[in-house]
Amino acid sequence: MKELEYPFDSEWILAKKKSIKKQLLAEGNNFLEKKIAILGGSTTADIKNLLDIFLLNYGIKADFYESEYNQYYQDAMFDNEELVSFSPDIIYIHTSNVNIKEYPTVNDSNDAVNDKLETVYTEFEGMWDHLYEKYHCQIIQNNMEPPYFRLMGNYDSTDYRGRLNFINRLNDKFYEYARAHKYFHIHDINYLSALIGLEKFSDPFYWHMYKYAVAVPAIPEYCYNLSHIIKAIYGKNKKAFVLDLDNTLWGGVVGDDGVENLEIGQETSIGQAYSEFQSYLKSHKDMGILLNVSSKNEEENALAGINHSDSVLKEEDFTLIRANWEPKHINTLSIAEDLNLGIDSFVFVDDNPAEREIISTNLPTVSVPEIETVDKYIKNIDRHGYFEVLSLSEDDLTRNDMYKANIKRAETMKSFTDYKDYLKSLEMKAVIKPFEDIYMSRIAQLTNKSNQFNLTTKRYSQSEIEECCKDHLTFYGKLTDKFGDNGVVTVAIGRPEGDTLHMELWLMSCRVLKRDMEYALLDTIVHTCIAHGIKRIIGYYYPTAKNAMVKDFYKTMGFDMISEDENKNTTWEFVIPDVYENKNKVIDVEELQNGESGHIH
Amino acid sequence: MERADIYTKLNEVFRDVFDDDSITVNDNTTANDIEDWDSLEHINLVVAVENCFKIKFNMGEVAALKNVGEMVDLISAKIN
Repeated sequence: MKELEYPFDSEWILAKKKSIKKQLLAEGNNFLEKKIAILGGSTTADIKNLLDIFLLNYGIKADFYESEYNQYYQDAMFDNEELVSFSPDIIYIHTSNVNIKEYPTVNDSNDAVNDKLETVYTEFEGMWDHLYEKYHCQIIQNNMEPPYFRLMGNYDSTDYRGRLNFINRLNDKFYEYARAHKYFHIHDINYLSALIGLEKFSDPFYWHMYKYAVAVPAIPEYCYNLSHIIKAIYGKNKKAFVLDLDNTLWGGVVGDDGVENLEIGQETSIGQAYSEFQSYLKSHKDMGILLNVSSKNEEENALAGINHSDSVLKEEDFTLIRANWEPKHINTLSIAEDLNLGIDSFVFVDDNPAEREIISTNLPTVSVPEIETVDKYIKNIDRHGYFEVLSLSEDDLTRNDMYKANIKRAETMKSFTDYKDYLKSLEMKAVIKPFEDIYMSRIAQLTNKSNQFNLTTKRYSQSEIEECCKDHLTFYGKLTDKFGDNGVVTVAIGRPEGDTLHMELWLMSCRVLKRDMEYALLDTIVHTCIAHGIKRIIGYYYPTAKNAMVKDFYKTMGFDMISEDENKNTTWEFVIPDVYENKNKVIDVEELQNGESGHIH
Repeated sequence: MERADIYTKLNEVFRDVFDDDSITVNDNTTANDIEDWDSLEHINLVVAVENCFKIKFNMGEVAALKNVGEMVDLISAKIN
């Protein structure tokens, strides 16, 4: 719903929240259902209501638990039975600076303030540790917003007795904890309150009248910001840009004005604004977001513009460049196809409202921000939280290189008439092993991001992944070839039961489609089964809106269908023959050591 | 603005907040007359009324309101 995207009308959303919810429920389908516990240190009623709406807009239907007013600590520490039986997927701790029990006073010594800081922090830390131990779920914790007043004025930030100084130090300790715990996320209300304005955010009227620590008019912005973290946890981030060129990446029209007259670089104020925007995009590329171009231009002109000496973005920063006269939704679709990314992974940026309209109409799941004028481009993209980062893995930082290598592979492929010959020419090497500590976060990330080549679409947190190692057969696969290292690209989890292995998860990154990696994985699974005395493998396919490509996967792998229910969920069986011949003939797989085949620790 | 005009706009606000198109309020309407009107919805109502009439209530004013008639008096005093 466009009305729930930045820039939205908070007043309208607050007034209409009930009818908005009805509409979202009526229009949506295939909601991802999640249980969210809100442990509040102040009133949370409208935080729940508005968060509900923004999550529905991201396709997430939440069931909520709300603690009684200001009972967050008691609920957390004393295992409230209702919360225990609720069994949350996410615990969100809605605290703010009204929950700081001990502030410094001007008479305090440095040591006394340090003690207070430690006391306040330790209570939080103890609560987080306990919650994770008890629930093994994702935890979202607010940091602290700045205080509403400054007793010492500007000096409040500097002196250890200042509340502002105290809050900033407390926040630093929160961040330290967050860096050390992958399942723990900070909801940055400190930044948000600055963005909205502290006077609006912490209006004491709402605190004194209704015990709302966040002023009611600020709650839509607040819940929007919070919803970004939750949708990111469930793999709903965007992954790539499709960018226009003329008047989007530079000022002017390269075909008409000529390269030398484009506005880019430090010469003019407009040129500077475009340079800043290009730098902003380049930073996205550095964290693994793919930059692509769709421009109505002769290719020669488009490249000339990109190669402008003052351009921050260089030709090699882009994954795919489509400069032609095709309609832009056709180009966007073909980019999605070539990158093997879902169409809903894209953000389309174009200064021309008519082009944006074409995309919105033809590809409604592509995000199309209203970017206004160049000085506002960054703000209008940034506030959407398209790429909300939960952690930055090595894989994120090298993702662009991997996609580049894929494009080189596609070029190589054209020179072969026989596909198997092409695959052999790639000189592929795979490692397929039980889960290892260093890959846990990447494995969890894959279970949450993979939608297309994913048989059961079961999502796991990192802790659940770690749990699986105890009594399941686990497999991750890495694939390297002469063009580069693809990293961890496939994950499977099987639950042994007597002489049977139930495949609870089988997924693969689409960047290695049609490379026979799935056959290599099956070979390893079969060998592992033999080593464990397992005689048959049961595979499950649960259809979603996105995984039709693997509908017949198990059939292709030589399984037989044994049942199908009314929802088209299918179950497949593979009886391991006495003599098993490896199906993979093109990938050199690092042999499992005998000692390593004891998957179950 | 006439009292009747205030009521026209106010009815719209009540209908949005309580998501019920059958609501019509008068001078004597109180929280007891509308099923969902509890203290948490009250704040939403106050915010929606403020936004609708582009006014701000202060703490004392909100705390003292006894029925819709008094709210209309207050709105009328602020906008006229």
